[in-house]
Amino acid sequence: MGETLKGRKFKVNVNPNTGKRDRHPIKEIQDKWKLVPEFLRTKGLVKQHIDSFNYFINVEIKKIVKANEKVLSDADPLFYVKYLNIHVGAPDVEEGFNISHATSPHECRLRDLTYSAPITVDIEYTRGNTRVARSNLLIGRMPIMLRSSNCVLSDKSEAELAKLNECPYDPGGYFVVKGCEKVILIQEQLSKNRMLIEDDKKGQIQCQVTSSTHDKKSRTNIISKKGRFYLKHNTLQDDIPIMVIFKAMGLQSDQSIVQMVGSEPNIMIQLIPSIEECYTCNVFTQLQALSFIGRKTKQKRFFAPGGKAKPPIDEARDLLATTVLAHVPVVNFNFKLKAIYTALLLRKVIQAKDDPKLIDDRDYYGNKRLELAGSLLSLMFEDCFKRFNSELKMIADKNIPKIKAAQFDIVKHMRQDLITNTLVHAISTGNWTIKRFKMERQGVTQVLSRLSYISALGMMTRVNSQFEKTRKVSGPRSLQPSQWGMLCPSDTPEGEACGLVKNLALMTHITTEMEEEPIAQIAHNIGVEDIFLLHGEEIHAPGIYVVWLNGNILGITGNYKRLVKIFRMLRRCGRINQFVSIYTQHKHRCVYISCDGGRLCRPYIIVEKGVPMVTGRHIEELKQGKRKFQDFLNDGLIEFLDVNEENDSNIALDENGIEENTTHMEIANFTLLGVCAGLIPYPHHNQSPRNTYQCAMGKQAMGTIGYNQRNRIDTLMYNLVYPQAPMVKTKTIEMTHFDKLPAGQNAIVAVMSYSGYDIEDAIILNKASIDRGYGRCLVYRNAKCTLKQYANQTFDRIMGPVVDSETKKPIHRHMPLDADGIASPGEMVKERQVMVNKSMPTVMTGPLNPQAAPEYKDVPITYKGPVPSYVEKVMMSSNNEDAFLIKLLLRQTRRPEIGDKFSSRHGQKGVTGLIVDQEDFPFNDQGVCPDMIMNPHGFPSRMTVGKLIELIAGKAGVLEGKFHYGTAFGGSKVDDVCEELAKNGFHYQGKDIFYSGITGEPLQAYIYSGPVYYQKLKHMVQDKMHARSRGPRAVLTRQPTEGRSRDGGLRLGEMERDCLISYGASMMLVERLMISSDAFDVDVCNLCGRLAYSGWCHGCHSSASVSTIRIPYACKLLFQELQSMNISPRLTLKNYCD
Amino acid sequence: MDNSYIMREDNISSEMFLGDLKPWNLQELKKTMKIFVVNYNETEMEFDLVGVHPAIANAFRRILLSEVPTMAIEKVMIYNNTSLIQDEILAHRLGLIPLKADPRRFDFKSEDEGTERDTLEFELKIKCTKNTNAKPDSTNPDELYVNNNVYSKHIKWLPMGRQSNRMKEADVGPVLDDILIAKLRPGHEIDVKMLAVKGIGQDHAKFSPVATATYRLLPQIELVTDVEGEQAVRLQSCFSPGVIGIKEGSNGKKKAYVENARYDSCSRNVLRHNDLKDAVRMGRKRDHFIFTIESTGALTPDNLFLGSVDVLMKKCKDLLDKLNRLES
Repeated sequence: MGETLKGRKFKVNVNPNTGKRDRHPIKEIQDKWKLVPEFLRTKGLVKQHIDSFNYFINVEIKKIVKANEKVLSDADPLFYVKYLNIHVGAPDVEEGFNISHATSPHECRLRDLTYSAPITVDIEYTRGNTRVARSNLLIGRMPIMLRSSNCVLSDKSEAELAKLNECPYDPGGYFVVKGCEKVILIQEQLSKNRMLIEDDKKGQIQCQVTSSTHDKKSRTNIISKKGRFYLKHNTLQDDIPIMVIFKAMGLQSDQSIVQMVGSEPNIMIQLIPSIEECYTCNVFTQLQALSFIGRKTKQKRFFAPGGKAKPPIDEARDLLATTVLAHVPVVNFNFKLKAIYTALLLRKVIQAKDDPKLIDDRDYYGNKRLELAGSLLSLMFEDCFKRFNSELKMIADKNIPKIKAAQFDIVKHMRQDLITNTLVHAISTGNWTIKRFKMERQGVTQVLSRLSYISALGMMTRVNSQFEKTRKVSGPRSLQPSQWGMLCPSDTPEGEACGLVKNLALMTHITTEMEEEPIAQIAHNIGVEDIFLLHGEEIHAPGIYVVWLNGNILGITGNYKRLVKIFRMLRRCGRINQFVSIYTQHKHRCVYISCDGGRLCRPYIIVEKGVPMVTGRHIEELKQGKRKFQDFLNDGLIEFLDVNEENDSNIALDENGIEENTTHMEIANFTLLGVCAGLIPYPHHNQSPRNTYQCAMGKQAMGTIGYNQRNRIDTLMYNLVYPQAPMVKTKTIEMTHFDKLPAGQNAIVAVMSYSGYDIEDAIILNKASIDRGYGRCLVYRNAKCTLKQYANQTFDRIMGPVVDSETKKPIHRHMPLDADGIASPGEMVKERQVMVNKSMPTVMTGPLNPQAAPEYKDVPITYKGPVPSYVEKVMMSSNNEDAFLIKLLLRQTRRPEIGDKFSSRHGQKGVTGLIVDQEDFPFNDQGVCPDMIMNPHGFPSRMTVGKLIELIAGKAGVLEGKFHYGTAFGGSKVDDVCEELAKNGFHYQGKDIFYSGITGEPLQAYIYSGPVYYQKLKHMVQDKMHARSRGPRAVLTRQPTEGRSRDGGLRLGEMERDCLISYGASMMLVERLMISSDAFDVDVCNLCGRLAYSGWCHGCHSSASVSTIRIPYACKLLFQELQSMNISPRLTLKNYCD
Repeated sequence: MDNSYIMREDNISSEMFLGDLKPWNLQELKKTMKIFVVNYNETEMEFDLVGVHPAIANAFRRILLSEVPTMAIEKVMIYNNTSLIQDEILAHRLGLIPLKADPRRFDFKSEDEGTERDTLEFELKIKCTKNTNAKPDSTNPDELYVNNNVYSKHIKWLPMGRQSNRMKEADVGPVLDDILIAKLRPGHEIDVKMLAVKGIGQDHAKFSPVATATYRLLPQIELVTDVEGEQAVRLQSCFSPGVIGIKEGSNGKKKAYVENARYDSCSRNVLRHNDLKDAVRMGRKRDHFIFTIESTGALTPDNLFLGSVDVLMKKCKDLLDKLNRLES
């Protein structure tokens, strides 16, 4: 719609929806996406792991030590140990006694060591009557995150990294523990110290607060029962009427309680039953209330050592001050703040009863916090540091009373392996056991998947939810609107973990904890009135907003707009940390300020008065390198918003979406997706599940895993011989450097049917392409062995090959062995051949016969697998236990064969159905034979239009000699691409004339053909093929073993059995289930019906009527097991012919 | 446009042609079949094969791809390989290097031991060292090291027996000198001996004597109506250059005419223009094959084609022999 005004030359557009006049269209900021790579240089993706770990080892660890700085002893009141400082050093390896040398992550990977640094402390303590100071005392070792501030890799150039055998594109952010790369996954959980109103199954409203401080974790509930309100806490046996709590907190008059909760009529009415109940309980004074609570506390099982049990009143007061709502500070038993807090909790519950809209959504992402490696490790460290100190205390208690020649020196008793082992054990198993919070979590760490570069990178952005996988609820699994831009909407696994395991989007940043003090100070300066100066009633006056800081009441304000505005202004000019968020919530009339760690946030361009602050000039400066991302933040052009503040802002997608009240604008829309989904070209043209499938498959694609891949000795590594960068790139691909470490090849694909071997997504491959190296891959495996020294000074040894006396050549099994008894590089090893001819002493403990030479038994490391491998590398070193470590790297080169799995980047996987000679392949006018034929039936039901566009864009790219872009919500336009094709003399839709390679005549249909990026997936026939005629059997049942790895049989299962039964093929059943499985001849006594042995019935003491029958061994086993339980099964035999 | 496939908007017509029903006749073929060589050089040849059934043209194409023999490296004996390239990959890369050696002068390998009649032996012995004369601040690997790139020119022929009498040094070896085989760094060494044997493309693509051998049918373009003025220019742009010409028409307007349909890429992009769509008819002549042979360099393309004829003749003879034996 438009109207032309007289005297004016331009049109004013009127928005048909709002009826308002649109502002002048804002010119698009060219290349504003360049901010994204600039952002990724400093923040995002893996950096948050590193930031969080850096914060831990540089700041938080000092705070932890400060909080637990003194160790005292009950035995000697003068004794103390005081920690003055703690320091985490540079990673090194200890070789023997006090000799250590600096190490690199790669050395640790190869030698199965832990990449860790010493933790040293400066202490002051008493030895006898003297005060001693010691510095740089080792108390344990801290595993070091790669690329963190203490890692040798931090701030290294590419050449320096190469010297350290490290890939410059390796993201870091993981640990090397016992040679294994471990990631501490990001853990998602409900935010701590925040009120959460929810309704339980019965529709009752309750308010829950999970308090968490450094030493306490507790959950407090305000519940309503029969119209009365109670406080529920797990240290209290019963629910306590809420009025009793208020009275215990010192609010003895009912009037002041009601005023604090709110004196609106609807609230007062709701409070009446509770007030009445308080009277029926006979609680009128604080003391009465405390003794009431004291009676309800759970009996403690242990008393503090040495201490006596406190009177119930004191106990209740302590409980109220420290345990209930632990995060609300109570100084000198002044309960005022806690009382107001409780009153607000109660008020929220009452309000939510009237208005169900006030019930919070648990799945709302603003209510979630993400825990990173740093915070998880700090929990673990604090726990074991406390244990370390209590152990010291115990030792001091025990040893000080003893009178010894040497003075008691606590330093001699500091064991460093407690802290080391706890940390290493936690990271290597993933079991996070925090004793003081009674927290036990499994699967916190995972082995970094090194199948491809993208699988490693994808793992670093993974978010693990604490939610149980088995529960059938859709809420936590479904995509929440508040996850927009923070979590990738596509990248989630299928199946049981669907929606629970998530991945960060490209520009997400996770905050680390910040100091509260300065922020509170600033807030007070802006005009927040201190809550201590107020009586209860003013809080609820109209127009008054309560200001919260990290779940604690800070004060109230009468002019919230001014507060928020000035606060944001200060943040934009850098006076307040950029990651502090502030937002208003009008429903409860609150202003929330958050500066806690674990909030998700992302940067936005600030828009003021309808004009984005970032202009083309700024971007120009960015391109010239004059401007960094931090400058954008400092100049107030860009700011970070967390989920809560984001939901309080008006964010435009692009320049066209900017309206009058717009506050922010997206930097680039493709950052909605994560790393894995960022690989997909034209994902906005695909059906959404296809993108999800590709996210899962991209992690199985083989290719390159890093520049240092040839130096690694991994248990399993897949590499492509000739990997290629995709013809159709995305901006994300460039930013994540996937084009430098690709996993796939550009195959020329013809979309047509061929031969019938292409049904059900099977693909046809050109044999000549395979001959020339398409899809050729390398599979690396390792073989490991250690040579130990035993207690009686014997040790493992390696012997040279055994030589055949006739031929003077090594025997077949020892063929690959070198003179030193280890297979040499370049040698081929076949099934059951020996790679390391190791032998072990037979007697490993106890004294040896000094005369006789020690006896040895052979324990060779042999090669298993039907297909031989080549030895690429042999490494000899020593590990942490001073044992020799020998690692062999074995290699197989495989060419694609029928049944190998391939996939494009659009969730279109398929196995090779047929390999066709080149001459039988169709060819076009130019004489081009495609590498691959794909059946067109793969398209209609999958709706992967992105793949069609990738093909045509790739084809145009090949013709023009350039890469096209398939970036999400952008990329090269189909029209332009078609024009390029036409310009080069090709059909504009990419359909060419093909000739049949078999008849030589042109095909009737035009064939859609061009390059498509195909990934070879790790599932290969060679690793799966399995057949058995005879083979090993299980010991117990004598049935064939299970599984390919044990050369097992193929089971005729229950359903197959049902088929045979219904068909009546009884002999077949006997043959399958008994003859070919575990047939066994047993003797049965006809008199007693029990089993006889060797023709003799031990029950009847006769061999008179023993007959032999054939039954399954499992059946015989059952009879015997029943007998062992005093049940005697008896067989009655009859002659079949009678 | 008789005897042509018509290229329609969404498919190619495939009506039965009367000629297909006629029994095949050698005399007829001898009369109709013609070959014109259009373009010829050492490695590439384009010629027209006219008046044959596609089966015959296709037979030549197929044989060229997979059954005309050439020599290629088949066995690689690795004495030392400390380079980054794995042994198998090195062998694979060496195998794919086209060799110049006339395969007609060799036999297919029969016994286990290669003889001078059926095997060529090569050697690649190279070691990378630091260049002592390099500028100290140089970062260019070509300057810093000696022998950092292994090219096909480093492959040396080792004549077996009397091979040196039969063949000249220049006639044996890789076709091209600058095929990169591997990259080395100081201390890396490759020491391999290679045996090249005669083989056919069916066995492995490395034995295929051609980069490609292919044909296309002769394009035909017919202007049904007069195309004039701006439309003529637009029409011209829809085809490959030189296909549509423009001349001054009788009425003084520019008029399009078909200049030479042969080099049209058959992109059918005219069909995008609704006004021009019906002005042209496009087709491909059924029995006019524009044949292209791109040799890898072992033999000249004409010899390759003759080779394919030989193979086809031998196949026919074999078949006849077998049929005769069946009858007798």
